[in-house]
Amino acid sequence: MSKYYLNYLDELESEAIYILREVWAQFENPVILFSGGKDSIVVTHLAKKAFYPSKIPFPLMHVDTGHNFPETIKFRDDLIDTLGVQLIVGSVQESIDQGRVAEEKGKNATRNALQITTLLDAIESNKVDCAIGGGRRDEEKARAKERFFSHRDDFGQWDPKNQRPELWNILNGKHFEGEHFRAFPISNWTEMDVWNYIQRENIEIPSLYFAHEREVVWRNESWIPVSEFLQLEENEEIVTKKIRFRTLGDITITGGIESEADTVEKIAMEVSAMKQTERGNRTDDKRSETAMEDRKRQGYF
Amino acid sequence: MEISENQLLRFTTAGSVDDGKSTLIGRLLYDSKAIFEDQLAAVETTSKRKGHEGVDLALFTDGLRDEREQGITIDVAYRYFTTPKRKFIIADTPGHIQYTRNMVTGASTANAALILIDARHGVIEQTKRHSFIASLLQIPHLIVCINKMDLVDFSEEVYNDIIAQFEEFSSKLYVKDIRFLPISALLGDNVVNRSENMDWYQGAPLLHTLEHLHISSDINKIDARFPVQTVLRPQSDEHRDYRGYAGRVASGIFRTGDEVAVMPSGFTSKIKSIDTFDGDVKEAFAPMSVSICLEDDIDVSRGDMIVKVNNRPETEQEFSAMLCWLKDTPAKPRAKYTILHTSNEQKAMIKEVLYKIDINSYDRNEEDKQLEMNDISRVIIRTTRRLMIDEYRDNRITGSFVLIDETTNETVAAGMIL
Repeated sequence: MSKYYLNYLDELESEAIYILREVWAQFENPVILFSGGKDSIVVTHLAKKAFYPSKIPFPLMHVDTGHNFPETIKFRDDLIDTLGVQLIVGSVQESIDQGRVAEEKGKNATRNALQITTLLDAIESNKVDCAIGGGRRDEEKARAKERFFSHRDDFGQWDPKNQRPELWNILNGKHFEGEHFRAFPISNWTEMDVWNYIQRENIEIPSLYFAHEREVVWRNESWIPVSEFLQLEENEEIVTKKIRFRTLGDITITGGIESEADTVEKIAMEVSAMKQTERGNRTDDKRSETAMEDRKRQGYF
Repeated sequence: MEISENQLLRFTTAGSVDDGKSTLIGRLLYDSKAIFEDQLAAVETTSKRKGHEGVDLALFTDGLRDEREQGITIDVAYRYFTTPKRKFIIADTPGHIQYTRNMVTGASTANAALILIDARHGVIEQTKRHSFIASLLQIPHLIVCINKMDLVDFSEEVYNDIIAQFEEFSSKLYVKDIRFLPISALLGDNVVNRSENMDWYQGAPLLHTLEHLHISSDINKIDARFPVQTVLRPQSDEHRDYRGYAGRVASGIFRTGDEVAVMPSGFTSKIKSIDTFDGDVKEAFAPMSVSICLEDDIDVSRGDMIVKVNNRPETEQEFSAMLCWLKDTPAKPRAKYTILHTSNEQKAMIKEVLYKIDINSYDRNEEDKQLEMNDISRVIIRTTRRLMIDEYRDNRITGSFVLIDETTNETVAAGMIL
């Protein structure tokens, strides 16, 4: 007799596909927010499955801080070619050049917060009414209350105290002109689920996730990669370490961990034994206890 | 590492500040090793600052800034943990009556509900309220945790008294499976590990119970329902004639060759294939996302429902439902709302309010017909066109709907069809 239940990965996949199809059915002009990180890669893979045998029927949007790992950009461009979908790039450098935002100063300066303006500008100028993201509720406490369909007002802001209730599988994407939604198809996935899924589906990911030799400095409890944007402090020393990245953000703020894991299987093993959350290596979240919530309210991913 | 065949279990917890709900969740996460060192360090710092002794487990489940400041949970927060047996999703909701709508939201997708009772106080209004919501939302399994057993000397007598109190009113509820457990969330007795203080309790600890609940038979496998979300028509040469109806199976089982009807038109055809990215499958069941191709070229679009010819839902323009009002602006009499039901969208109005239910006493109030936030009422809904519906008791997907206020686009009410 066959079994009539799904295992948890199949159930999560089916839920994500359902959400992606709802986005397509309810919105005029959705995009996938693509960062080159594993979560947005998984969302893109799920979109490929959701609309097969059609191509993904909407573009990918990348908010380019200009502080990228070169590997991420190459990966993005190759993926776009394979999928045959359109790529929209919002450039933080352009926002700076146009005087929309000002660069942060000092050794811990990042372009992380500046992305908000660029993202909202790109959403507005491309008339995007739904931006699909790879956010997960297990990532951070402010994200634990995020909806699948999350409303943003005409300033792009999130109001966590006035969210629409989501019951059963019914998603309300109704909005007025100028407002938009964020949709999070993998809300219910954990970091471990993402790795197990990448392994099962054999999904290609950037080489940065695998252990490799790299020049780094020890800062804020993690290994920060050496790049043209890094300002060395007096007591800091450049060393070569075998590291890998657990999350991918800006090259200036993404810390690596020492690791020997050079296959997805080994990474999954390593992650299951991890004692720190993945965002523990992200300096953007260390600024204050509510750093993520504050950025999300303003319109962050 | 092997990718497991483990299932996913969604459960809801409702509780107030005092009954130890947050501590219980913190305990489950902590003892099942779902807490990371940096999270633990953050909670240790906060515990110290607040002058608590040791680690305040409740802090693990606190989310947004306002809540941390007020020390209460005000929305539905989702938590995740995995054991070698299962993956768990907790919908953590506040228990006070003013948050009934949050409890209803959290309960809508749950396989199981945890009800917490403070052993010192026994069954209180809140217990009845939470049990009523679990019953109303048709959560198949109810696990009643009698907490703070350490404060009543781990007394079997106290435990049995509380069970008796509970059973006195639970006969009025419609819950398939009710279990009781004596625990101490603070000390960990019978949460993950068996209690050494209660030899008289022979049952399994809470985590073991959650790991072994039989949930695959909770899904309706009889009534095949497939709400169409969107139509897939690829533009490529390779798939020029392809027309697939994309959706997620709401209930029942569909097989290739099945004779099906497309509602509401009623046109019949046969299933030619059931497709996924990974290839076609011979059968599809809930909650699989697939795309169905039919033998005949008939007009099918979003909002339609594919069903078996010999098992069709009711098609109604007027029906009775239990309605939970979710919004702080009360219902406007005879106002028009947008109704979302499966993938269907229509205009609707609340034609009549029959009665309101006092969810503490279960009494009906036929006098007060104003629908305000958190009210649960029996109503008659009328829609502009017919909907394909089942009773909520038989089908949580085709038996549920929400109402949207057209002037604000907000979701204002959640309904369960009777």
